Amino acid sequence: MNIAALTANLHVILPEMVLAAFALLVILADMLRQDEEESRLLPLLTLAGILAAMAATAWIWNRPVASYQEGAIADGFALGARTVILVAAGLATLLSMGYLPRINRQMGEYYALVLLATLGMTMMASATDLIVLFLALEIFSLALYILSGYYRKNPRSTEASMKYFLLGAFASSFFVYGAALLYGAAGTTQLREIGNLLASDHGNPNLLWPGIALLLVGFGFKVSLVPFHMWTPDVYQGAPTPVTAFMSAGTKTAAFAAFVRVLMEALPAQQIQWGWALAVLAVLTMTVGNLTALRQLSLKRMLAYSSVANAGYILVALVPGTAQGSKAALFYLLTYAFMNVGALAVVITLEKIDELDALQNRAAGLADRWPLLALAMSIFMLSLSGIPPLAGFFGKFFVFQAAVEGGWTWLAVVGVLNSAISAYYYLRVMVAMYFHEAEEPVQPRRWGGLSLSLALTALATVIIGLYPSLWTGFLSGLGG
Amino acid sequence: MVPTSYYLILSAMIFAIGAVGVLVRRNALIILMCVEMMLNSVNLTLIALSRQWGNLNGQVFVFMIMAVAAAEVAVGLAILIANTRHRESINIDEIHLLKW
Repeated sequence: MNIAALTANLHVILPEMVLAAFALLVILADMLRQDEEESRLLPLLTLAGILAAMAATAWIWNRPVASYQEGAIADGFALGARTVILVAAGLATLLSMGYLPRINRQMGEYYALVLLATLGMTMMASATDLIVLFLALEIFSLALYILSGYYRKNPRSTEASMKYFLLGAFASSFFVYGAALLYGAAGTTQLREIGNLLASDHGNPNLLWPGIALLLVGFGFKVSLVPFHMWTPDVYQGAPTPVTAFMSAGTKTAAFAAFVRVLMEALPAQQIQWGWALAVLAVLTMTVGNLTALRQLSLKRMLAYSSVANAGYILVALVPGTAQGSKAALFYLLTYAFMNVGALAVVITLEKIDELDALQNRAAGLADRWPLLALAMSIFMLSLSGIPPLAGFFGKFFVFQAAVEGGWTWLAVVGVLNSAISAYYYLRVMVAMYFHEAEEPVQPRRWGGLSLSLALTALATVIIGLYPSLWTGFLSGLGG
Repeated sequence: MVPTSYYLILSAMIFAIGAVGVLVRRNALIILMCVEMMLNSVNLTLIALSRQWGNLNGQVFVFMIMAVAAAEVAVGLAILIANTRHRESINIDEIHLLKW
């Protein structure tokens, strides 16, 4: 292979190259810095890297769809997912600025790992080959295992890290076994070619069906579908909260983008079978997630189960296997990134120093003392429960619309009922903020980056809700 | 030549042994070893299938899995050590600050 073939369409992976370069730069800057003061520059360098990757993504958007070495593609869907991931990474970096100095002195590797995890996620969102997909999955998973245990002095953090690692490695081996069997059925690792081959001769059923089932388990773990969700509440609760915010929005977007691509490019001929499997998983995930969230006292555990339930809603959009469904899923992920990161940012303000979590009664009486903070939390909670005209309403609306138009009306009905249940635990937080007396005066923690990310997420949640068509125009679905 | 199906059945058995090991053993190190066994059974599958199809995709995939498995062990052992600093045990039944 000559150099020209290697560098053809290299611009497709430009955002990943930018992220890798900045990750190395952050490590270098950390080694060269003279004192603690200068470590304040590291998050700014990280933000610069994320913004540069966003600029690169925007630049690719105006070019024709291209593929690098048949391994990564820059179509509208991949670019949209990349943007959502980069937004989540940027917001998480803002949240980390004032959070990290309290929990751990060394900061260089933290930001390098955030950048590398972002790289893995954006790579996964654009991968079109099973090998690239697996590598990308492992790149961000390994980085996140370390990040969730970053508060090393706190036993809960290391415990979360260990649980995440053991279950994550277990699930990865299912994923990769599924990929191997799919390769066995089709004789290639490229998703589109697998789709073409399986459409004409159906492959060896003894390899194909176990392969699809194992892949579902692997993806189910990463996006935390019931019954593969056991790790989610523990890891969300034990990880440093900025990492939780990054993980909840970024991992979900990357894994769902890859999930959609595998289902729609490699396995469109098997839609009838996986459609039903996904429908059953979606009903289980929504119901179990919402019912368990009802009785959580910790804010982070509640948001973790809410994240499980939200994975169920997104799965509803995937069931019909239509372009409209994939677009609805991506739109939902965009709204979810803003409202969930925002809600976790409020949790950060309520946490006690040296603690990783806040109970719901910490929010009591917040509206009297900190009306703006209570207003922001209300926006996120109302949006998460799907009340118009906020972003979350349109996310759910498009998802259920895609299900109905794909002929899955009963699934949409289950989804709507579930979203009614979920209103209970979201609104409970608001009741505590506005109608309960504070048990002990809460002095919220604050720093510039935190306030900025709260303002950005709250504004975005409102603006997406008021002008959803602006955003649906800029996102695009996959195939059809 | 040994038929491909023999390799596939053998690797499925090794994978199953690894998976059962993860579920029944309580020692975090043994669980890690079981996961490695599962990954290696996948490698065997891929090599057998690569010979069957006569292309190199499977073998390339194996190299990637080996690299990933090495990285996974490095990260995993570090996490286990960080965790052992807080308690004298790597028995996962004794690690329950967070509800499972």
